[in-house]
Amino acid sequence: MNFARSWNRWVLFALVALAIAAGLDNEYYFTLLNFIGIHTLLVVGLNLLLGYAGQISLGHAAFFGLGAYTSGILTATCGVNPWLALLAGLVLSGSAAFLIGVPALKLRGYYLAMATLGFGIIVSIILNEAQPLTGGPSGLPGIPPLTLAGFPLNTARRLYPLIWLAVGVILALSANLVDSRTGRALRALHDSEAAAASLGVDTARLKLKIFIWSALCASLAGSLYAHSLNFIAPASFGFMFSIKLVAMVVLGGMASIWGSLLGAGVLTLLPEVLTVFHDFEVVIFGAILMVVMIFLPRGLVRGLLDLREFRRYKRKESYIP
Amino acid sequence: MRTKTWLVGWALAMAGLILAPGCGPGSKSKSYIIGGIFSITGPQSYLGEPERNSMEMVAEEINAKGGLNGHPLKLVIYDDEGDVTKARLDAEKLLQKDQALAIIGPSLTPTSMTVLEITQKAKVPLISCAAAASITSPAQERAWVFKTAQTDQMAVSRIYQYCQKQGIARVAILTMSTGFGVAGKEQLLSQAAKYGIEVLAQEVFGEKDTDMSPQLTKIRGTAAQAVICWGTGPAPALVAKNLKQLGLTLPLIQSHGAASKKFIELAGEGGEGVIMPAGKLAIYQQLPDSDPQKAVCKEYAEKYRARFKAPESSFGGYAYDAQRMLDQALEKAGRDQAKIREALEGTKNFAGVSGVFNMSPEDHNGLAAAAFVMVKIEKGEFTLID
Amino acid sequence: MPILAPLLQYFISGLTNGAIYALIALGFGIIFNTTTIINFAQGEFVMLGAMCAISIYHLAPSLPLAFLGGVIIVSLVGLAFERLALRPVGEASPLTLIIITVGAGVFLKGVAMLLWGKESYTLPPFSGEAPLHLGPATILPQNLWVLGLMLALVLALEAFFRLTLTGKAMRACAYNPRAARLVGIAASRMVQLSFALSALLGAGAGILIAPLTLGVYDMGTMLGLKGFAAAIIGGLGSLLGGVLGGLLLGLAESFTSGLISSGYRDAVAFLLLLVVLFLRPRGLLGGRQ
Repeated sequence: MNFARSWNRWVLFALVALAIAAGLDNEYYFTLLNFIGIHTLLVVGLNLLLGYAGQISLGHAAFFGLGAYTSGILTATCGVNPWLALLAGLVLSGSAAFLIGVPALKLRGYYLAMATLGFGIIVSIILNEAQPLTGGPSGLPGIPPLTLAGFPLNTARRLYPLIWLAVGVILALSANLVDSRTGRALRALHDSEAAAASLGVDTARLKLKIFIWSALCASLAGSLYAHSLNFIAPASFGFMFSIKLVAMVVLGGMASIWGSLLGAGVLTLLPEVLTVFHDFEVVIFGAILMVVMIFLPRGLVRGLLDLREFRRYKRKESYIP
Repeated sequence: MRTKTWLVGWALAMAGLILAPGCGPGSKSKSYIIGGIFSITGPQSYLGEPERNSMEMVAEEINAKGGLNGHPLKLVIYDDEGDVTKARLDAEKLLQKDQALAIIGPSLTPTSMTVLEITQKAKVPLISCAAAASITSPAQERAWVFKTAQTDQMAVSRIYQYCQKQGIARVAILTMSTGFGVAGKEQLLSQAAKYGIEVLAQEVFGEKDTDMSPQLTKIRGTAAQAVICWGTGPAPALVAKNLKQLGLTLPLIQSHGAASKKFIELAGEGGEGVIMPAGKLAIYQQLPDSDPQKAVCKEYAEKYRARFKAPESSFGGYAYDAQRMLDQALEKAGRDQAKIREALEGTKNFAGVSGVFNMSPEDHNGLAAAAFVMVKIEKGEFTLID
Repeated sequence: MPILAPLLQYFISGLTNGAIYALIALGFGIIFNTTTIINFAQGEFVMLGAMCAISIYHLAPSLPLAFLGGVIIVSLVGLAFERLALRPVGEASPLTLIIITVGAGVFLKGVAMLLWGKESYTLPPFSGEAPLHLGPATILPQNLWVLGLMLALVLALEAFFRLTLTGKAMRACAYNPRAARLVGIAASRMVQLSFALSALLGAGAGILIAPLTLGVYDMGTMLGLKGFAAAIIGGLGSLLGGVLGGLLLGLAESFTSGLISSGYRDAVAFLLLLVVLFLRPRGLLGGRQ
């Protein structure tokens, strides 16, 4: 299952992305696809964290917010180059993740979950209250668009190639990160720390790497988000969004790179398709988290495929005299 | 092998899902398509729900009479859930997919700010139902944006005028940490000097906070003569309750965000004696018959209550006024969006629930401080005092 | 003394809010003590208790009936939750369990939104609204109910877990479920009991605080999270710790709001959580991980 090294998948990915781009001419669809891309960036990092490190971040919206607001504040208020601002956001998020991850991952159990929970809420409160810096609850307007050699990426259609290029690159790099002996060992063993340790694998270090990686992906997503909407408000980076991200991971299947795409895609599109049933959105998210984890813990697709395999096996069995 | 087919399958599924929510605008032969974006679910649903209801109510009436000049109204209303990202997506959908002629909403300031960026670019008229003055000013940069909600600027002027009359020169302000609250705080601070008012304390509270006694205790320690609270939803009612519970005798002045029956219900005993600026809808029965707004408010209140079996609210009134103003403009201008904009800009002496509108190129809100009256809660009812 | 007066009020407000957090922390503690699961849906039990009581009160204006009804209904919900959402996964990883309880919390909130809408509702206080004066500060009778319940509960629960056979059995299940079963303890029964008890407690807390804070479909989220923070600060394994954590949290919030800044009040709980996690992960009185 060597994703990064087999070219076919990436070529196919690029072709599909291009085909979609050529086939559509509507800003709305591009905006939608851009959001799916941004959510995928958020989800893939979180997915690795859940699937490989066996840890959960209940405050991932904070890293998303740090990236978005660093980019937003530096470009809108200080006139810094958007690409530098994006880099600054990465540095900030990465450092925060390091500071939280080192102590939290040393301990066993769900300490990272609690620490990220606390961190997430603190960040969202700061974004809301530090008005002179962040614009407060009314948001931060006037964020300039990203420019590529003087060419401004100020429509959804123009941002689409950039965002999806980023998605492709991040997916490939993520696959690389976990496609090592340590990575595969981690996946098999994240439930049993003792067994992993007995193999002589430095799991703690890899877990920290994965956590920082997930924070960097989220920060990148945040910066791209800020430059696509040209306006950000603190309410988008709260606890409920962190939970939505977990739902996206769970749906797509943990430890699945492509599952991130599926989860992000389906749950971004769902509210758009649900037009009349918006009241049910909260219930549906909660139900997804519960039902998928109880019945299809490997995610929607793998779970259904497993079910099919199981049925086939059962049918075969009945022929045995 | 399996992954490849899976990937292709995924791509097709996505394409299907994306294109499925309606392929193209469909037959829009005769109808005028009007878009609506409101915070129908989410924490500010007490704004969005009445707004959506009111808009639908007006459209139903018009369509029952055969439409505007024979053109029925087709409303396409989306819920932004109070979320900026969703509001943006909804606006894109309305502009690109549904080809709306004009959009009414959103309910909140941050969502309005993000939507107006693209409606301005697309040259589609937007009538917002949110409070902040910055939605329609500076006027040169908001040519395509209007709003029907009274601005916080006017509410604060009215309050300070009242304070001056009552001899209150030192106040403490307690504002909510939301777009509405922060905008109100800015106005309260910037207009204080003009009315000779000194702001001795600036405390804040969150939208979902349930106990404001620490902030009120702090205020008690100052020489403030009155407390001005700025917020919407249940929290300001809790402020009123906490005030009474702490035994503070300072007069409490609320913002127009508290001018609803719900506030009275939630504040209970704490609501007695609370003063606030309100649109005339709150006390329309006490208006003289000569007031041009009395008839409109009465009609709106009675129709809304009959149709939705729920009390009318001034928030719904914003959308009610917006839709009726838009209908007037559509009758004059037809489908031409530039003409619709002009017609909206030229609205004069339009008696709405929120006030009497006189739009102009410099003022896309069209209301003056007189759109507010000062009311006091006495024996569980709003009473006109100024 | 004019300087002391506000401080006394901050202290009283802090205690009364802290008692609310303490009650919720107790709920976390009970389930953790029996199953080592952290039930992130605890806040929603509080909300459901309040909302059910409010609905019952609207039908039949009797506070005792509303209280009883609310508590019973939510205990059943707690049992149903354990049976339908947790029993099927058996001994799953903590990660799975966290996600399931978080999902359950969101699900219950969504259901509440459908049933009760987004409006806030009032519940009359149990013994009047007239504030009582303690020198320059005031306290409400309802606050005294909350404090009283907290004290009564912590004593009762400590006695239950340490002295009664059932209580000891429940704790045994957390230490070593297999061994517990070997000595004849029906582990599944104990787990059910812990959920019912926790839900009952949460509901009771919710009904007591509804007259103070109003009942609304999303009141459970922040309360649950802060109650959780209180439980961690005090130490998950210790019920007394949970109460201590809750009171400490309430006081810290109140003094921060009064003396430093009211805007960052909510952040206090989570700042303390992070501090405790990094300096003393087992909490103030916690013994076991």
